[in-house]
Amino acid sequence: MEKFVRLTARACPLLLPNVNTDQILPGRYLKLPRSPELGRVLFQDLRRDAAGNLRPDFPLNTPAYRDAKILLAGRNFGGGSSREAAVYALYEAGIRCVIAPSFGDIFAQNSVKNGFLAAILSEAEIAELGAAIAADPDMPVTVDLEQQTIARGNRSFAFTIDPVSRNQLLNGWDDIDLTQSHRERIAAFKAADRDRRPWALPPQV
Amino acid sequence: MSEPQTLIDKLWSAHEIVRREDGAALLWVDRHYVHEGSFHAFTQMHERRGALAEPALTFGIADHYVPTRGRGRAIADPDTAAMVRTLEKNATESGIKLFGLGDPRQGIVHVVGPEQGLTLPGLLIVCGDSHTSTHGAFGAYAFGIGASEVAHVLMTQTLWQKKPMRMRVTVGGHTTAGVGAKDIALAVIAHVGADGAQGHAVEFAGTAIAALSMEGRMTLCNMSIEAGGRCGMVAPDATTFADLKGRPYAPQGAAYERAVEAWSTLVSDPGAKFDREAALDAGAIAPIVTWGTTPDDALPIDGRVPDPAREDDPVRARYLRDALDYMGIAPGKKLTEIAVDRVFIGSCTNARIEDLRAAAAVLAGRTSKVPGLVSPGSTMVKRQAEQEGLDRIFRDAGLEWADSGCSMCLGLNGDLVPPGERCASTTNRNFRGRQGPGARTHLMSPAMVAAAAVTGHLADVRPLLADRKA
Repeated sequence: MEKFVRLTARACPLLLPNVNTDQILPGRYLKLPRSPELGRVLFQDLRRDAAGNLRPDFPLNTPAYRDAKILLAGRNFGGGSSREAAVYALYEAGIRCVIAPSFGDIFAQNSVKNGFLAAILSEAEIAELGAAIAADPDMPVTVDLEQQTIARGNRSFAFTIDPVSRNQLLNGWDDIDLTQSHRERIAAFKAADRDRRPWALPPQV
Repeated sequence: MSEPQTLIDKLWSAHEIVRREDGAALLWVDRHYVHEGSFHAFTQMHERRGALAEPALTFGIADHYVPTRGRGRAIADPDTAAMVRTLEKNATESGIKLFGLGDPRQGIVHVVGPEQGLTLPGLLIVCGDSHTSTHGAFGAYAFGIGASEVAHVLMTQTLWQKKPMRMRVTVGGHTTAGVGAKDIALAVIAHVGADGAQGHAVEFAGTAIAALSMEGRMTLCNMSIEAGGRCGMVAPDATTFADLKGRPYAPQGAAYERAVEAWSTLVSDPGAKFDREAALDAGAIAPIVTWGTTPDDALPIDGRVPDPAREDDPVRARYLRDALDYMGIAPGKKLTEIAVDRVFIGSCTNARIEDLRAAAAVLAGRTSKVPGLVSPGSTMVKRQAEQEGLDRIFRDAGLEWADSGCSMCLGLNGDLVPPGERCASTTNRNFRGRQGPGARTHLMSPAMVAAAAVTGHLADVRPLLADRKA
């Protein structure tokens, strides 16, 4: 799995609450395999009007934010559907980190599996950072996972992430390799569990 | 004496294989449900040249992309047809039991699992679908996962998780006539907020929960994700055990009796500590509808939509303006004055037999003023409804009686609400564009959708039930 340690990049404020995974990637694109095409339809229905034209007021459509790798978002970002393709779409569009006051649990979990950082700052800190970015979009933001800080110019914020996700992102562990190193423990659990919970096994119908 | 434990504590420790220093644990997975949307995970497995660890614990169900009309004919859209075919191919190659298109047991995964007795108390159940929380109604630890985790479960039958925090939502008292599980669910979501239960396993308790049928408990646990919950659960009781008896994949005979004994211990011990508690009085809950674009935009039917001009918080005021603008509703409008264009009865939230009966009780002898679609939760639910004559009631009211699938809840199979149209829906998400680009969704109970159908606007179902038997 890809590691996430440190990133310095342009950040784009998208300060709407409840941007759920249906907004990140509308359902009609879920048939697509993972490909750059997913990046092109990121936020499709927020980004474009009914006729398919880019909305000038959508931040990622403005030249200042077009190559942003960091997204600054409102609370409950990525709630709703479990679609991991929402993370793929962000990733394919070049985004590597979202900073928000809170995230949907499944989205946060999916992020980690893709070397993508979901960092938590308070609403007030996000408002402050968002205003500073809007005033000068050219000044980059540095996200440092080891230090757990988000810095811009001489202003620095300490962000929150659960230690399990932090550990995994810093190490870039491959979950499946890690799990298979516990093969014997799994086999022992399975054998003991069949005695302990015989009702848990489905019959062959 | 050991510390009193909550239900989630007991379920967690029964599945823990390895615990890491950082607190993450490797958990054993008892049931894994896959559907057409799980293709990314099979791709990941194939790319690693991996194989299924436990095919006998994995079950495939075709629901997200299946047609609800014209069954038996080829699926017209080639990309949609390919989704259903890919699931069939992956299931066959991996030796997974498939309830596919054409199987008399086909239906929505969160209806079929419990219906077949695959979902049992005490199990850890996962599926690449956020509404997997539904299965917690049986006292299972059930939650939605993403494609990478699906791939991990396919190849190892285990999952790395961090333990959720514990939250109890106690709903005391008793609901009044015309108020159902969906109203309780929307009341809870409005109370705690769309992200209020994030990171928590939510246990529902109290007299109003104990009084719910399994269908009602499934509706409630299904919607726990709409409060942000990692999962929802209800401790198994006599209602649960009676429901499971005789189901095809449930333990039978003496094995069933022994299982009931084990399942009976799956309750939160007296004095067990929760990280958070919330309480509601069921008697104070009126029929509820949503007006906006997140499920916590929910109000009793006799209310008015908010007025952004009266909102002090500028961020909230902007949200209200945007939501009302998308929904095409004037600020402060009475909910009962909002006309609907169509209705939908279906989805993993509210398409079980009890839901269809509740809608039919309102629709019997009446006509819908708007077009609508009824898609039963499973093919078996459909058959039972037809045996009870419910299909005739829906058809006579002018609604379309269709086959089972996820259908118009998210429109992947082409069942869409046209742009700008307003739909009274028994589903779970009123997100922008959820039922189709530009679609406007109002969530409510099946009885309330039926009330909207016969009046042509959002309406209180209670007067319409006055002359009916409860």
